[in-house]
Amino acid sequence: MGERTPLWAVFVLPALLVGAALVTAGFDAVLAAGARRGRPGSLRETAVRAAEPGRQVLRHLVQQPRRTRASDLPLARIGAGLLPVAAVLAAVVLPLGFRSVSDLPEGIVWFNAMEALAWAAVWLAGWGPNSTLSLIGGYRFLAQGLAYELPHMLAITTAALGAESLRVGEVVDAQAGLWFVVWMPVAFVIYLLSAMAMAFWGPFDQPAGRDVAGGAGGELSGADRVLFLGGRWLLLVVAAAFSVPLFLGGGHGPLLPGWAWTVLKTATVLAFLVGVRRAIPTVRIERYLELAWVVLTPLAIVQALVVAVVVLNR
Amino acid sequence: MDVAVFWVLAVLAVVCGVMVFRFDSMARATFSLLASLLCVGGLVVLLGLDYLGIVIVLMMTIEMAIMAVFMVMYMMNPAGLMPMTMIHNKKGAAVVCGLVFALLAAGILLAPWPARRGKAPADPTMDLGMSLMGPQMLTMMTLGMALFATIVATVVLATRRGRYDRFGDDLRARRADDPVRGGVGR
Repeated sequence: MGERTPLWAVFVLPALLVGAALVTAGFDAVLAAGARRGRPGSLRETAVRAAEPGRQVLRHLVQQPRRTRASDLPLARIGAGLLPVAAVLAAVVLPLGFRSVSDLPEGIVWFNAMEALAWAAVWLAGWGPNSTLSLIGGYRFLAQGLAYELPHMLAITTAALGAESLRVGEVVDAQAGLWFVVWMPVAFVIYLLSAMAMAFWGPFDQPAGRDVAGGAGGELSGADRVLFLGGRWLLLVVAAAFSVPLFLGGGHGPLLPGWAWTVLKTATVLAFLVGVRRAIPTVRIERYLELAWVVLTPLAIVQALVVAVVVLNR
Repeated sequence: MDVAVFWVLAVLAVVCGVMVFRFDSMARATFSLLASLLCVGGLVVLLGLDYLGIVIVLMMTIEMAIMAVFMVMYMMNPAGLMPMTMIHNKKGAAVVCGLVFALLAAGILLAPWPARRGKAPADPTMDLGMSLMGPQMLTMMTLGMALFATIVATVVLATRRGRYDRFGDDLRARRADDPVRGGVGR
């Protein structure tokens, strides 16, 4: 692993993540506009569309905030604020190239723990406004959470098992010759699925679905709304970016420097996830739950077993 | 620095713990308890046991989030939205708490704490794993399986619909008769 990371990296990280989230959201907005019209727009139109998320943020910030009756404002605020904080804290162990802000010895567990904070955040944001639909959104996320978390945890553990270390840096180092995705494809697919689910994104967006009027974040307005919906984008970016050091070899690659490879791979995964949301409709909860428990969890365990046998025979 | 962090986390943990019994809303009480436990996790990290600390954060977050759902669900007033209190049997509870506190404090002051022998391990996570799992791997695996079997058995016993409901009296039905369709092609 590289040398110590300078202190300014701590301040650069959130800015970098927000930038990445805005670009991803802009890309999504362009895709959405293209899908609505059935043809790609001109270059100028595309640029206007891509700036849409930024405009949305500004609009929310200057808008008159709405309040619901008898809301638990502190809890709703904590929930909305906790989501981006959890995403940024999880990103602390993300290596850009071969350097992360802090390469904790237990980085992989740390990442998972911070992701779990997002659960609490979504439930709080749903509970706080004292409104049925947002409450349903919050409950939905928690009810689904366990089914997402178990295969997710097993997939992450498989990568750690392959590298025989919980340190993200060592997981990257272990992939110098062969990317983990090659011999842990099942874990990789399960990770991507559950990463989307953790950010309640794509086919798993029921907690914030239209059938419950926006769900968990439905009643939030103003800065709270920006934090909540922005935090969700951050979570998606971080979850997608973490698949790179875990399965896609981190900064390893020919010619280009390490950081460029990380950015390139992360962008590819993100583009794929954004595309998946456009291509696949929302999956009904009970269908995915059964799939997660009956198919994905056993598959993840078998994958972990295969990796364990390989590692033991090495 | 470490001392400052210790006091901040310790005071926060105690304050949040007290607030669990002061709040009149189940959601606030639950998440106050979570905040207290997260501070405890931070304290464990401060002791140099990073892995244990982070695992406490991970497990407690998930646990308290699920706890919140169950506690609200089982509350006597609908959805737990009415004011409530966590304090029952105030006098008895106060006596028990006082006694337990006195006992623990006496234990701290009177116990002959051993001095540290040897050096701190380079990798506490590794040592923890070895001392938990090393020679007792079989015990841990058996224990894990037994716990898991208990959970499954409890759910099976508690469920209202058994296999006869699903597959008919002679268990011959080709497709299970489920009220909710599942995700693996049924």
